[in-house]
Formats: sequence, C-alpha cells, structure tokens
Amino acid sequence: MSIPASSVPRSWRERIVKYRLIGSKCSECGKTSYPPRNICPYCGSRRQEKFDLPRRGKVLSYTVIRTPPRDFLEYSPFIVALIELEDGTRVLSQLTDVEPDEVSTGMAVEAVFRRYKEQGKEGIIEYGIKFRPLIK
Amino acid sequence: MNKVYLIGGGATKIGEHWEKSLRDLFVEAALKAVDSAEISLKDIEAVYVGNMSSGELQGQEHLGSLMATWLGIPGVAAAKVEAACASGGVAFHQAYLAVASGLYDCVLVGGVEKMTDAIIYDVTAALIMADDYEYVAFTGASFVGLNAIVYRYYMEKFGVKQEDIALFAVHDHKYAVNNSYAQYQFAVSLERVLESPNVADPIKLFECAPVGDGSAALVLCSEDFAKKLGKDFLVQVAASTVATDTISLTNRRDLATLEATVKAANRAYRIAKISVEDIDVIEVHDAFTILGVLHLEDLGFAEKGQGWKLLKEGELEKNAKIPTNMSGGLKARGHPVGSTGVYQIFDIYLQLIGEAPNQVDSAEIGLAQSVGGVGGTVAINILRRVK
Amino acid sequence: MKPLKKVGIAGYGAYIPMYRIKDEEIARVWGRDVRRTPIQEKSVPGIDEDSLTFSVEAAQNAILRAKVSPQEIEAVYVGSESPPYAVKPTATVVAEALGITPRLIAIDMEFACRAGTTAMQSVMGLVASEMIKYGLAIGTDTAQGRPQDELEYTAASGAAAFILGPHNSENVALIEGSYSYVTDTPDFWRREGEFYPMHSFRFTGEPAYFHHIYHAAIGLMESLGLKNSDFDYVVFHQPNVKFPLKIAKLLGFSADKIKDGLLTGIIGNTYAAASMIGLAAVLDKAKPGERILMVSFGSGAGSDAFSIIVQDAIEEKRNLAPLVEDYIKRKKYVDYATYVRLRRKLRR
Repeated sequence: MSIPASSVPRSWRERIVKYRLIGSKCSECGKTSYPPRNICPYCGSRRQEKFDLPRRGKVLSYTVIRTPPRDFLEYSPFIVALIELEDGTRVLSQLTDVEPDEVSTGMAVEAVFRRYKEQGKEGIIEYGIKFRPLIK
Repeated sequence: MNKVYLIGGGATKIGEHWEKSLRDLFVEAALKAVDSAEISLKDIEAVYVGNMSSGELQGQEHLGSLMATWLGIPGVAAAKVEAACASGGVAFHQAYLAVASGLYDCVLVGGVEKMTDAIIYDVTAALIMADDYEYVAFTGASFVGLNAIVYRYYMEKFGVKQEDIALFAVHDHKYAVNNSYAQYQFAVSLERVLESPNVADPIKLFECAPVGDGSAALVLCSEDFAKKLGKDFLVQVAASTVATDTISLTNRRDLATLEATVKAANRAYRIAKISVEDIDVIEVHDAFTILGVLHLEDLGFAEKGQGWKLLKEGELEKNAKIPTNMSGGLKARGHPVGSTGVYQIFDIYLQLIGEAPNQVDSAEIGLAQSVGGVGGTVAINILRRVK
Repeated sequence: MKPLKKVGIAGYGAYIPMYRIKDEEIARVWGRDVRRTPIQEKSVPGIDEDSLTFSVEAAQNAILRAKVSPQEIEAVYVGSESPPYAVKPTATVVAEALGITPRLIAIDMEFACRAGTTAMQSVMGLVASEMIKYGLAIGTDTAQGRPQDELEYTAASGAAAFILGPHNSENVALIEGSYSYVTDTPDFWRREGEFYPMHSFRFTGEPAYFHHIYHAAIGLMESLGLKNSDFDYVVFHQPNVKFPLKIAKLLGFSADKIKDGLLTGIIGNTYAAASMIGLAAVLDKAKPGERILMVSFGSGAGSDAFSIIVQDAIEEKRNLAPLVEDYIKRKKYVDYATYVRLRRKLRR
C-alpha cells in the first residue's frame, strides 16, 4: 500500500500546538488564527506571535461522522464541529462526552485533553484537544 | 492569448471496473478522444493527466510519463495535475494554457481515477487529503463531514429544509437515465433519498456522489491545426480560469459561499465577454446536494440563500432557464474524483455539437465548474460553439 | 516522618469520567444475585479517555486552585497501574500538555492503589529539601476488571492531582507528616503480558488491607503525637464500602468522620486515585483548622498515612475548579455491552 502520512516525527512536531491549543496572533492587525500561521491570512504581515487560545467557545455547525477514515474506525461514530472560541478564532474539532441529539448550534463548549487515535496497535497514541459541554 | 479549440472527446463508462487498471481506463478514454477528433496519436505534443489520489490508492505517481508510455508516445511533454477533486478542471486549464501560449499545437488532456481497489475507510482517508491533513484530517473528519457542516449552516442560516436541497439528487438521477456512460442509470424518488442512511449528519447516502472508476479525455488544438483538419463545426474555449480559497473552512469569510467559484466565474465571464443570461447549459460540481445549490448562487444564477428555489421551481430542467447537469451530475453520472472535471467539459462539448443524451435546443455557450476540497480550488471552463 | 521544612498543598483537583455502569447490570449478565454486589455503580471512561487524559484534567484543576504558573512546577510524579503505555511515561505528556516542560523531574510510579500517595510523599521530599518549589503528584487509573470476577463490580476510573509547595498561608492545607508501612504481601498482582490482574480473595482483607492501614495509621498518630479525637475527617483507601467502614471502626473513628471521603459506593474503586479523590472531596467541604487523616493502601503491599490540616485559603480556592461533586453528578449510564466496548475488552 502507501506510505502512512502519520508518523512519529510528524506527531511530535505538532504536539505542542495540539496539546495546548496554541494559535497565532498577528502583531500588526491583531487577528488570530488556528493553527498558528507564518503569514497573517488577513493582512499579510510576517510578524506572528504564538499564544494560548481561549478554552471556551460555541458551536457554529457540526456533523456526525459515521463513515470515518480508517484510523478512526474504533472511535466512530463521533461528532466533528466548527467551533468559535471566545476571541473569535475558529477551530475544527471533535465534541466529546455528548450525544448527537444533545448538540445544538450556539451551544457553549470547553476544551478538554483527549485521545484522538493510535498509529496502529503497536504505534504511538496521538492526543489533542476536543470540546465538551460546560461542566459548571 | 491564442485561440484554443476543442476538437474531440471520449469517456469510459463510470463504475466499479474490477478488470480495468488506471492506465487501461486512461488509454480507453484517450483513444476515444483521439478517434473522435480524427487525429492520430502522433499529432499529440503534450499530455496532461488530471488525478487526485493515484499515489495513495494505487501506489502510482508520475502519471504524465506513465500515460505517455502507455499511449505509445513517450517523448511528449506530460505531467500529472492535482487539485483534489478539481484535478480534471485544472488539468484542462493547463492544457488550455499550453495551446493558448502558442508553444503547443495539439494537446491531450485526460482525467482518470481508480477508487474501487481500496475499501471505503481507505478511500475516506484519501479524500480528506483535500483538506488540511495536520489540523483537519487529525480531527477524524471525513470529506462528507466537512460538507455536512456547511449543509447544516446553510439550512439554519436561510431557513431551508433538507428536502428542498435533496431534490438535486432526484434531478441528477432523472437525467442520468439517458446517459449511457453514467454510473447509475435509474431514477430515484425524493423519499428514497431522504430515507437513505446518514453518512455524516445531515448528509444522507443518496445525497453523496458515489465512489467509482473512470476516465474522460479531450483534444485541444490551435487555430491553424483546426483549420488544417477542416471540421464543419468548431468549439472554442471561450474562457478557462482557476481560483483558490482558503483550504479549510475555519478561515472562510462566509461558510455558505465558495469564493473561489465567485472569483473564477466572474473572471471567466469577463474574458468570454458574457453574462450569466448568455449561458445555455451548465455542469456543476454537486458532489453533495448542498454544493449544487451553493454553486448556482456563487456562479451568479441566484442570490445567496435562494439557489434551492431554482431547483424546486424546475428552472434547472432541460427546457427551462438553466439546464443543469444534463449528464446526471456527480451524483448519478458518477465522480471518479480527478476525472470529473474532464467529464463535465466533455458533456458540455457534446451539448454544443448536438450529440448530448439530454440535448438542450441550440446550445451555443456552456459552462463546466470543477471544485476541489470544499471550494479550496475551483476551475471554470466556458465553451462556445463558433461554427 | 516529618519533613525538615514544612510542606503544604497549594492546589488540588480531581477528575471522574461521566459514564457509569450499575452493579445490578453487571450482575444481570453474569447471573449473580444483586444482593451480593458490593456497590451501587462505578465510573467508566469514554472511548477517547485513559489514565493520561484524566491526569491532565485533574492537574489542570489543581493548577487553577494553586494559582501557580505551570513553569513554576518542577516535578511531575504520576502513580498508576494502568498507564496507556507499558514503556513511555505519562508524566512527560502531562507535563507537555500543561506547559511544565522542559525543566522538571518527571517519573511514573507503580505500587497498585498507593502509587499516587507515594508520589505525594516523593514530591514532599523534593519540596522540603528545597530542590524544587512546586511539585505535582497525581494518582490515576482506568482499572481493569476481569470479566465475571469480584473486582469487575468495583474496578473504576478516575484521577486526583495535588500541587505541593513550601508551607505558606496561600496553601489550602498543611501536610503535618506522613508515615508508611510496607511489607511483601501478595494480595493482588499482575504478571507481565497479562491483561487482567489476579487477587487472592479473602487474603486481601486482614493480612493485606487491614494490617497495613492499621499500622500506618497508628504509626502516624504515634509519631505525630496525635489521637483519634484530633481528626475531623478520615479518608481510607476504598476498594468497596465495607472495608473502609470496618477499618474506621477498628481504629476507633465514628462513621460521620468517614462519610464525606467515602465515594466508592457511587463511583467505584478508582485505584491509585481512590484515597486521593476522597481527600479532594473532603477538601471541597472542610473548614479551616480541621484535621484530616488519609491512609492509602496499595496491594503488594503498603500504606501511606498523612495528617493534613486545612487552612483559611481553602474557602477562596475550592471554587476555582470543578468540585468532586460536580464530576459525580455528571453521569450517563451505559449497559454491559457498551461498557465492554469502552473498556476495550473485545478482541478486534
């Protein structure tokens, strides 16, 4: 078959951004992005600073993945949502600890650290941020 | 830019071709195109191959050289052109540029995709490569899921019911019945579409383009070359444009607008010196019913949020205002991803030379829209019958 | 054991996953009389959770309460018998996820249900010696219950985290001292390569649980010159409800002192987190000046006993993060089939 795109060096390289939900803020126009960018997608400035994104937001839209890519089979079905964080940054992520019929657009959610997938039975485990309804 | 003419085309039936390989399909379509153009393979100076996932699903790259070899014409300029599901439309654009630049007189462009050797979970993994692998594919989203997010957003924003959007599938199937190379040649009812299982809520199975294998090819040539052939009809490429938008939904200005379509279409209309009213027939990239509706709006046929009305009010039918997807569209004609862009242009070509299965009366100007990702790339190709 | 320099609890936090399975549902599948089940229900992790993800949330809660910046934490000690990797520490991922890296001492520890409290003792030593200022000690588990076995009715999941630092008024509590009692007693174990642990049934009672907790508690009280009446709360390791009630009685503590820290009946035995979650639940309620006795028990076997005095800062800090009760009341029941799926007991 083909060379797997998931690899150890790659997951390692991406870990900090994914574990801590790190975005970038443009030093010139102040707009934020996730994932962090080298060039501001809004004003084109090359001066970008990394920062910790807010951990709460609301659901803009969502879907339930019932035919997943192979690596995610074990976890399906699951909910993928487009979320707008408190500072306006948009992220695509999974919703967890909630059933599809409990989700609604506009719902408030908070970031949690969860398991996303494994690189096969013997490979490493990839962790990242998902979102769940607020606990309190 | 020099004038570019489309002088022939051919396509394989779309389906699960267990016995045909990637190269078998391409050669089959290419030979049909060459024969229809009444040229010989030796006349071809460049070959462009539109394809998305030959590497991932077939372990094969370097398709330019492979197909040139398999056609028996190694030595020509050749390359694989990839822009996710817009590979076909963008490959055509490259072929157009090749002739318009004056460097080549006769060029073959083909789109080919072989998806059925892999199981659905691997095809799903291959298709999500159309979006950001590190941050979007990582979430486990499928390509259907990304479109579902847009679908839900559209319905809620404009208060549109799913049944009015799902009609696009009914429309496609109705016309595919007459298309001998379509993957599905049977009609479906709206009930059947709505009762089919969810693939990624709210998108139902019958609202999704199927997985299949196929290839379509076209021959483009310069004015001099066309004159020497002395054909009694001539189809010109009136405009060929490509535009991109952000690859992921997270940076989009408006989730319900594919700005790449707007940009590429407006530029194409300017180049072709036409307005939407002048267009007689269109092929839109409705990989999912919601996209069909969005494309009508972004191409300028309806206001944002109103595209579904054209469908519901029958304005997309053969004898109506905007005959759309007379081939059966992506849902019923099929969607071997990298080849679809070329199939669509082939369908428009047939309309303009009077040989289409659902022939629109006196079609003179036609438009084909090929989309990659959720609008990450859009290719607009407008053809005009000039003789 | 009293440290040279005083050590306090700067912050604490717990995490319990939301899914629950009732013992009566497990009993239904195995045809057991419901009257012979030890607890009401136990916690079950979600499909995307493990002892590592629990640790991150519990630690986050501790950081919120401690009001320290992650870079001020210089040790992460994680105690668990169910880490996601057999080789590759949970501590490094937790540290990376919380922004504690790279300057820190990190290690995973194992000693059955006592690993988290032993982590606390180790961190105490680092703080008291001034090798570090703040250190994070975590107890976390997604305990494996052998199908049909006694322990399947109680093996549960959860985590608790404590940030320890030099004694000052900002801390929510002071740890007066600690005492450990350890012997080679094989009451419960798991051999390399085995998926489920083994236990020695009734042998796990008197020679193991009761013997070690009793001696650790007595040893602590003697070494600190304290008696029963000095304690307002007692928290014991809680593999079920009967054992801790019995040891409390044996040690002469009244039932009302144990009730706030005894949660097994409704969340199950969270193994390395058990006594620590009990302690967190008590800290969620206790008043400044009150004294808590916590005694863990880890099979193999050993007990760590602690005497903890609550400070004024608890009133302001306890509400900076979810309370144990907030996690307890967040629940959704699953049936045995879903439980088996979530606990990955099915061969695929």
